Amino acid sequence: MGLLSDPNRRKALTGLLTRLNTPICIVCYLAGIVWFMGLAFEPFTLRTYMSENAMGSTMVEERFSSGERALSLAKEFDAHKRKAGGMPVEWLVKAMQSRGLEVFTQSFSRKLPFPDENKERYMVRGTNVYGILRAPRAPRTEALVITAPCSPGNTNNQAVALLLALAQYFRNQIYWAKDIIFLVNEHDLIGTQAWLEGYHHTNITGMEYSPLQGRAGSIQAALSLELSSDVITSLDLVLEGLNGQLPNLDLANLFYAFCQKLGVLCTIQGKLQRNDWDTAEGYTHAAQTMMLMVLKQACGRSWGDHGLFLRYHIEAASVRGINSFRHYKTDATTIGRLLEGMVRKLNNLLERLHQSYFFYLLPSLSRFVSIGYYMPAFGLLAVILLLRVSFPGLCHCFSVSLQPSSPGVLTVLTPVVISHLTGVALYLLPVHLQEMAVEHFPVSETEAVVLTAIAIYTAGLALPHNTQRLLSGEGTEQGWKVLKLTALLYLAVLLGCTALINFSLGFILAVTLVPITASITPHMPKALYAVVMVLLSPAFTILYCVFIYQELIEAPVSVSEGWMLFLSVISQGILDHALYGSLVYPLLALFIYPCWLMFWNILFWN
Amino acid sequence: MAAPLTLLLIVAVTIRAVLFRSSLAELISARVEVVSPLNAWKRVVEGLALLDLGVSPYSGDVFHEVTDGITALALYLSIQTYNKDVFRKQKYALESDRYSADCLELLRSPKEMFYIPLKVAMFYLLNPFTILSCVAKSTCGLNNAIIALFIFCTLKGSALLSGILLALATYQSIYPLTLFAPALLFFLQRLYIPVNLRRSSFWFFTLQYAFMYVGSLVVITGLSFFLLGSWDFIPSVYGFIFSVPDLTPNIGLFWYFFAEMFEHFRLFFSCVFQINVFFYTIPLSIKLKEHPVFLIFMQIAIISIFKSYPTVGDVALYMAFLPAWSHLYRFLRNIFLVSCVLLACSALFPVLWHLWIYAGSANSNFYYAITLLFNFGQILLVADYFYAYLRREHHLTHGLYLKKKDGTEATLVLK
Repeated sequence: MGLLSDPNRRKALTGLLTRLNTPICIVCYLAGIVWFMGLAFEPFTLRTYMSENAMGSTMVEERFSSGERALSLAKEFDAHKRKAGGMPVEWLVKAMQSRGLEVFTQSFSRKLPFPDENKERYMVRGTNVYGILRAPRAPRTEALVITAPCSPGNTNNQAVALLLALAQYFRNQIYWAKDIIFLVNEHDLIGTQAWLEGYHHTNITGMEYSPLQGRAGSIQAALSLELSSDVITSLDLVLEGLNGQLPNLDLANLFYAFCQKLGVLCTIQGKLQRNDWDTAEGYTHAAQTMMLMVLKQACGRSWGDHGLFLRYHIEAASVRGINSFRHYKTDATTIGRLLEGMVRKLNNLLERLHQSYFFYLLPSLSRFVSIGYYMPAFGLLAVILLLRVSFPGLCHCFSVSLQPSSPGVLTVLTPVVISHLTGVALYLLPVHLQEMAVEHFPVSETEAVVLTAIAIYTAGLALPHNTQRLLSGEGTEQGWKVLKLTALLYLAVLLGCTALINFSLGFILAVTLVPITASITPHMPKALYAVVMVLLSPAFTILYCVFIYQELIEAPVSVSEGWMLFLSVISQGILDHALYGSLVYPLLALFIYPCWLMFWNILFWN
Repeated sequence: MAAPLTLLLIVAVTIRAVLFRSSLAELISARVEVVSPLNAWKRVVEGLALLDLGVSPYSGDVFHEVTDGITALALYLSIQTYNKDVFRKQKYALESDRYSADCLELLRSPKEMFYIPLKVAMFYLLNPFTILSCVAKSTCGLNNAIIALFIFCTLKGSALLSGILLALATYQSIYPLTLFAPALLFFLQRLYIPVNLRRSSFWFFTLQYAFMYVGSLVVITGLSFFLLGSWDFIPSVYGFIFSVPDLTPNIGLFWYFFAEMFEHFRLFFSCVFQINVFFYTIPLSIKLKEHPVFLIFMQIAIISIFKSYPTVGDVALYMAFLPAWSHLYRFLRNIFLVSCVLLACSALFPVLWHLWIYAGSANSNFYYAITLLFNFGQILLVADYFYAYLRREHHLTHGLYLKKKDGTEATLVLK
């Protein structure tokens, strides 16, 4: 404890920190950004490998051959779907029963807090159909799930048909050690959420569902299949789940291993892997793939039906068939063989997948960056906040504020309370006030909710001018320093906790918030700094992410289209929170926005 | 001073009532940092016993709010008495010229000490840890109330009541046994009996107090036997505390160790860990025999750090005392670091619990790391206050500006 108790060494250290504080902060920020961008550079990444011994060698020969039968089944399913005008429940039940599965249905209903304009639904009612293939000689303690969504229109017919064909093929095999559940869910994520809640006897999102009649044991892994064409050119793997949670890397390794074995082109984020890592294009390609994963993880949505399984500690991934313009086409039989191989490997598991990484970034399917490599990038940004906090001027004012005579703590309390009340208003009011807004303004409910949120956000900017009048005579030098100290500590703890759960969200927020908050004082040019602060506020961060995302998926948008996308992102965020329990919207409204408001208060401290 | 105290009590009760009615109540009562098997389990035993007599004391929120109010009131009155005591002693010491000439700025004035009892009550009632404990309906509030009443009776000079309350506190969880020493030292100081093992007056009073304490303990234990009809509760309750069979994670240091070790060594390590709680009494009593109230604070802190099933309610009790030592602020060296560590750890506890239990991405090592850091922060806090207290005493007798033998300025280091 020499450093903590020896006064001379402490003086030397504090002297160093005082002199070099700003240069160290700038160096740390640049180092953090450079480190993050350097993660995509191939020599800094590791090659993926199978960690789980039980899924070791791929020595089996896949024998699935009913691809053509699956395609004709797809047409039948399509016809029945059109006739039923939704999910053809009786046909599915009969189809599964004739293949020897134990079939059950579950009906569910959910009223969304406001209409979803992307998917055009408000009052959702549906049925899930699932069939259980019982393992012939094993105790019924574990299960695997293969799911295909029943989507309106022409999408995903082949997926459901392939599911049924696989069910028929699997029924004739004797080597199954786990029960296999074939689930066809309606209304994509809402149906999956209802099924999972029914299966695990929980009710965390206020969904109404009928209880499940048949059950199969603890689910070890799940695969979601999305296939909309008879032939495909590549298979895309989707890993990002709710709240940025990712499945175990072994699942991605498994998929990649089988794609290599069967000669199927596999992509991640829709991008194919390149071999020329030492050229600029090769590096930018890998960096773009990684940035796409970071953006998708940060928004906290589930990007495939698999995303909701992760919350129940079930490793799940979505496999999406893509048909684009390439010469080499893969038929349904090969896809069936790939799925058969993957499920047979998962069948061999002795315990849940836990050997490989849970936190990683993928610049390509065969290269990964683990948490030990990417966390220092965030650490460097967080260190800036801590350096600013230990800046001796601030430290001294902390000591003064703790003296019994100074009013330090009370001056801080008012801005903190008012900022948090604004945050609570931003969280609660948009959804609760939508009827009132629709009465008074010519907008739809969704627009009302989103525009109310933006209005409250902007109204918060007017606050400093009012809170200053409430605190009479508190405009002292000491006051803003104490507030800045509190706000910096609060931001550091908040970003730290966020980065632990969802690294991408924490990193993106840190990149935009840390520079302005570390350098803010009331003595800067107010107009310029106010503009900079607003341009780097959380709402604008979301806007930039929307534009960057559109650039990266090679579908750039104009400003007005980008603005419409931004509004739909906000409405989706609020819906995700209400429907599935995503934490991004409450985090931003209740914690990040009040924290930013506290810094806004400091800027306008008179 | 009654008006601010009443306002404080009203605010505290409102906060607790609001939280009780909200949906957060079940969430909080499931948190392992707030409720330990000891707090919840004992409730079952005692509640059942008294339920047979038609009394159900642990139902409802009012009971827990009232215990918090009693604790706050008892602490308020104790600190008021203590402050009067301190000021009186300072006056006598000044009159008898025991302080050195240049330490005038270290002396305490009534103006500075006026708001301290209110701050102590505020620190206890508005501490988020206390509010969480109350909303979770943990019996920690009751433990704290009894210890606070014990401190109040001790400071008021009533040896019999103090002995009875200490026996009650010991009956609930063994660890307040270590508070016998500071209470004894306080009474000896108050009755002007010198702490000398050769004097008969010392032994006479010690035996009196010990008799009152042990007698009350025997009576309470006998009463429990009478109510329950068997002696089973002794091995179940006290055996549970000592042998630590339940390894649910909490903010203490025991669970991880005991989850890792082999059965063969379990007895040895239980003894080592339990001795650790009781052991510090002896050296601390020797060093702080002139300052029994500070010794009570140190003992409560050591109990809440090293006990087998600590919860945040125990932490809140010793933290309530901190405003009483606000005059030591200038000698504290690590207070900023400690507060940051404690704040960050309190925020990280639920995050890492979520990552371990729900997301499955972390494991017990992560949660235990935060536990270790939290306990390190607490130990550093207690050690810092100890250093500051001793340093102030040293400066009072030897002068504020210390000079080495050759006349240059000296620095004081705790080795």
